[in-house]
Amino acid sequence: MGKIELTKVRKSFGDVHVIPGIDLEINDGEFVVFVGPSGCGKSTLLRLIAGLEDTTSGTIEIDGKDATNLPPAKRGLAMVFQSYALYPHMTVRKNIAFPLKMAGMDQAEQDKRVERAAKVLNLANYLDRRPGQLSGGQRQRVAIGRAIVREPAAFLFDEPLSNLDAALRVGMRQEISELHQSLKTTMIYVTHDQVEAMTMADKIVVLNAGNIEQVGAPLELYNNPRNLFVAGFIGSPKMNFITGAEAAKHNAHTIGVRPEHISVGDGPWEGVVGLSEHLGSDSFIKVDVNGIGVINVRGTGELHVHHGDRIKLAPAGKIHRFDANGLALA
Amino acid sequence: MSTQSSRFAARLMVAPSVGLLLIWMIVPLAMTLYYSFRLYRLLSPDRTGWVGFNNYLWFLNSPDFWLALFNTLALVGGVLIITVVLGMLIALLIDQPVKGQGVLRILVIAPFFVMPPVAASIWENLFMHPQNGLFAALARGIGAEPILFLENYPMLSVIGIVSWEWLPFATLILLTALQSLSSEQLEAAEMDGASALSRFRYIILPHATRAITVVILIQTIFLLGIFGEIFTTTQGGPGSASTTLPYMIFKQAIAAKDIGRAAAGGIIAVILANIVAYFLMRSIGKHLDA
Repeated sequence: MGKIELTKVRKSFGDVHVIPGIDLEINDGEFVVFVGPSGCGKSTLLRLIAGLEDTTSGTIEIDGKDATNLPPAKRGLAMVFQSYALYPHMTVRKNIAFPLKMAGMDQAEQDKRVERAAKVLNLANYLDRRPGQLSGGQRQRVAIGRAIVREPAAFLFDEPLSNLDAALRVGMRQEISELHQSLKTTMIYVTHDQVEAMTMADKIVVLNAGNIEQVGAPLELYNNPRNLFVAGFIGSPKMNFITGAEAAKHNAHTIGVRPEHISVGDGPWEGVVGLSEHLGSDSFIKVDVNGIGVINVRGTGELHVHHGDRIKLAPAGKIHRFDANGLALA
Repeated sequence: MSTQSSRFAARLMVAPSVGLLLIWMIVPLAMTLYYSFRLYRLLSPDRTGWVGFNNYLWFLNSPDFWLALFNTLALVGGVLIITVVLGMLIALLIDQPVKGQGVLRILVIAPFFVMPPVAASIWENLFMHPQNGLFAALARGIGAEPILFLENYPMLSVIGIVSWEWLPFATLILLTALQSLSSEQLEAAEMDGASALSRFRYIILPHATRAITVVILIQTIFLLGIFGEIFTTTQGGPGSASTTLPYMIFKQAIAAKDIGRAAAGGIIAVILANIVAYFLMRSIGKHLDA
């Protein structure tokens, strides 16, 4: 079981209030992703849940029991670190068995669990190697193996894929998602990569400067961002924000249009193409529109426009409206 | 930088210094070897000649020799154990974040800057002296008889003094080893349920193995030749109780003015050092490889 509840959790380092106060509920079996720009406090929040940092005030409950002052080992959580934090002088087998050994489990049960984890993670052939002899992806799997053998109440992942190359990252992302499907254990996952957040999460928590900006399912955040920050953070390329006269037409201070919700051909906006990137499947173009500014457009692969071309654009999809405080208007 | 010509050029360029170092080493060694088979006493310079292994036999038959050998090894072993164990504990302590950490570390390292004869004099006169020493004052304070350190426990006293001098070195090396340990590894171990003792046993100690090896090897080299501390304090006595091999050689060379015997002692010391080095490298040398 792994229900985690944070109530008015605050964390300060001296005069710096990293987390000014957070309330959050994480249900059992949920895959929750903390996402936000670097320095937003997402790793600190994870470390507070893990018990590696003390809360300044507030309470953390795990399975209904107050765990605020429990040491990390007593919380029943397992963590996968960004650097993997494998023990370099131990073999893969000993690395994975380490938490079991610390728990005083007998050797036969240890072996059984290590074998099972190795099978799930495709590590069976590497059990007698040392971490230094493994590739990045394999090290990552060892770190996950070390976490799953304990059968924890919840897994905590601290940017686990950021040290992997792009292709491997996609593969590991899917493996972690599949692991979640089969284990059905609560997972909390910290990342700055919104693609990871969108693809893996049941629930995304968008953090900014230590505050929760919005909590919701991936598509909910994409379709109904609560404010300018979430609107700009979720989605790639970034949403176009337009202020001034154009926004006033829609009775808003600011309007936002996603690059994929703009059609090229005919329309009210006319401008000159600046940068154009053709990926085959998509085309990303920047258009300097008269009186509005630079607009990012995501077109199909067949869109053949180049630097200096004069084209017309039209919003073709949802237009997000925001008031002067940056909050979304219904 | 590994073409045929670049390798050749590299060898050519290091050749002079290698040659110089070789001569630097070979000439004194050859001269010592030569004298060790000669009758060469400064008090009777006209009597010279080859004496075969007589100088060596004198050493091996001397009742002091085996004691000196034992004392030498006891000094090396004792100081190594004390400095590594205490050094590790102090390193763990000053690795903790505290106020005034910089000053604290300088204070810990300070004894290393005190010259050996000075350190020995300080210990002899300010700490171990039976009338004026701090330890004597403490003993009298609790109503006990002052311990006569240099008279009754000469070898242990020397070991204590030398340990005090070398403790900062061990602490410093071990501290840098501790600081190079990634904190995430310790945190991972903490999450894995390892107690502080287990973290030390399974994470910190294996990480510091190489540093400990370096400490042991370097200290052994220097400790085999410890002389100044003994000369300043016990003069090898009482009797021969704290005579080590270097001190015995010194007595032959300077007190007895017998260069032949001293040279033979020197060669024995070289052989001893090589035996020690061989066993050290066999037992812990593998930790030096990455």
